[in-house]
This record gives sequence, C-alpha cells and structure tokens, in this order.
Amino acid sequence: MSIQVKFFASLRETIGVGDTTINHAASAGDVWDLATNKAERPINVLVAINLEYAQFNSPVQDGDEVAFFPPVTGG
Amino acid sequence: MSSHIEQQTFDPWLAIVNHQQQSDISKQFGATATFIGSMRDFNDDANVSHMVLEHYPAMTQRYLNQLEHEAKQRWNLLDTLIIHRVGDINPAEPIVLIACWSAHRRAALDACSWLIEELKHQAPFWKKETRKNGERWVENNTNGL
Repeated sequence: MSIQVKFFASLRETIGVGDTTINHAASAGDVWDLATNKAERPINVLVAINLEYAQFNSPVQDGDEVAFFPPVTGG
Repeated sequence: MSSHIEQQTFDPWLAIVNHQQQSDISKQFGATATFIGSMRDFNDDANVSHMVLEHYPAMTQRYLNQLEHEAKQRWNLLDTLIIHRVGDINPAEPIVLIACWSAHRRAALDACSWLIEELKHQAPFWKKETRKNGERWVENNTNGL
C-alpha cells in the first residue's frame, strides 16, 4: 500500500509534479514534506484527504489520497 | 437534483429548459431562480483574452452533489441543477449555471444565492487567465459586489 499525492493549479507548477506516491506518513504535513522534499509550504495552501478538506495535522494512512492546492476560484 | 462538469461550452438557457422538461415537477413549481456566471474580458483592470479552468474531478463532483443535498435540506426545493465548465474558456462564454425550482419564490432565490457562494468557496476549481503580458493564476474570488 502507499499514499497517493496530488498537487493542483499553481501549486502543481511550483512543485513541478501533479501526481506522486509515498510509502508511509503519519499526517498530511508529513505527506507534504516527503512529497516535496520539505519545500516551503505557502501559507494559504489547502489540503484534502480522500476528497474531504482536512488539516495539516490530520492523520493519514496507507491507501489514502492526499491533495494539496491553492484557494479555490471557481464559479 | 443534477450536477455535472462540462468540457465544452454550453447554452445555459437551453440546459434549463431541457432539465425542466425532463423532470417531473411541471405544474408544481411556481418559481425558478437562476445564476449564470460568464467570463469577463477584464479582471483587476487588466484585459483577459482567455481562461483555462482546472479542477479536481472526483472532489468537484462530490462537492457539487453535497451542495445540492444540503440546499435541499435547508430550503423547500423541488429541484436543482448545477453545471460548471472546465477547460478552455473564452470571454462571454458561461462558466457556471445554477438553477433552483420551488413552489414559491423565496426558497428558490435564497438557495440559488447560497449555492453560488458555497460553490465559489468550496468546490475545487482554479482559473488561469491569459493577459497581454502572459498567464496568471487567479488567487482569490472577487467579493461579488
């Protein structure tokens, strides 16, 4: 099992990757550090775990999908 | 209730008529409230010639469904329809359609207003504008005024 990681919009361009996987992490914040090689985290970045908004200290487990993205601007 | 993502430009007025004809609420609704958001050719005092709308497909659909369910719990609605564009968009083309049907006007009007505000603050869409001096990601929603 592994954790699927996604980056969207400006964050995808900044990080340079849209999809990646990591083997294990305890929290969404750990996922960020592992997937970005500890890149500086923009203050307004949002996180979702399994399609629901979450916090950076929210726990993650194997099989989860964790997504990072900037503030949404639809409509 | 129905919500979906459109990859190509669409006619929001035709979508409303088609949805109304296919639903089983005819002769029940006395009010139809609609919001149609279209692309402007300017933003922050700069000309905008083109836009690309990106989204997080699975999460977007989940949020549109959730919003419709919550609206139906909050107001006495007969039906709702949400259509949102993604991909390449040109000025004057529709970006989003929200339509609400109810027996009386207040439920449809209030639900429609609530739905567009919730959608703009929750549903994972992102706009990238093309301007004379290059492309830029839109970083914030306008305040709507």
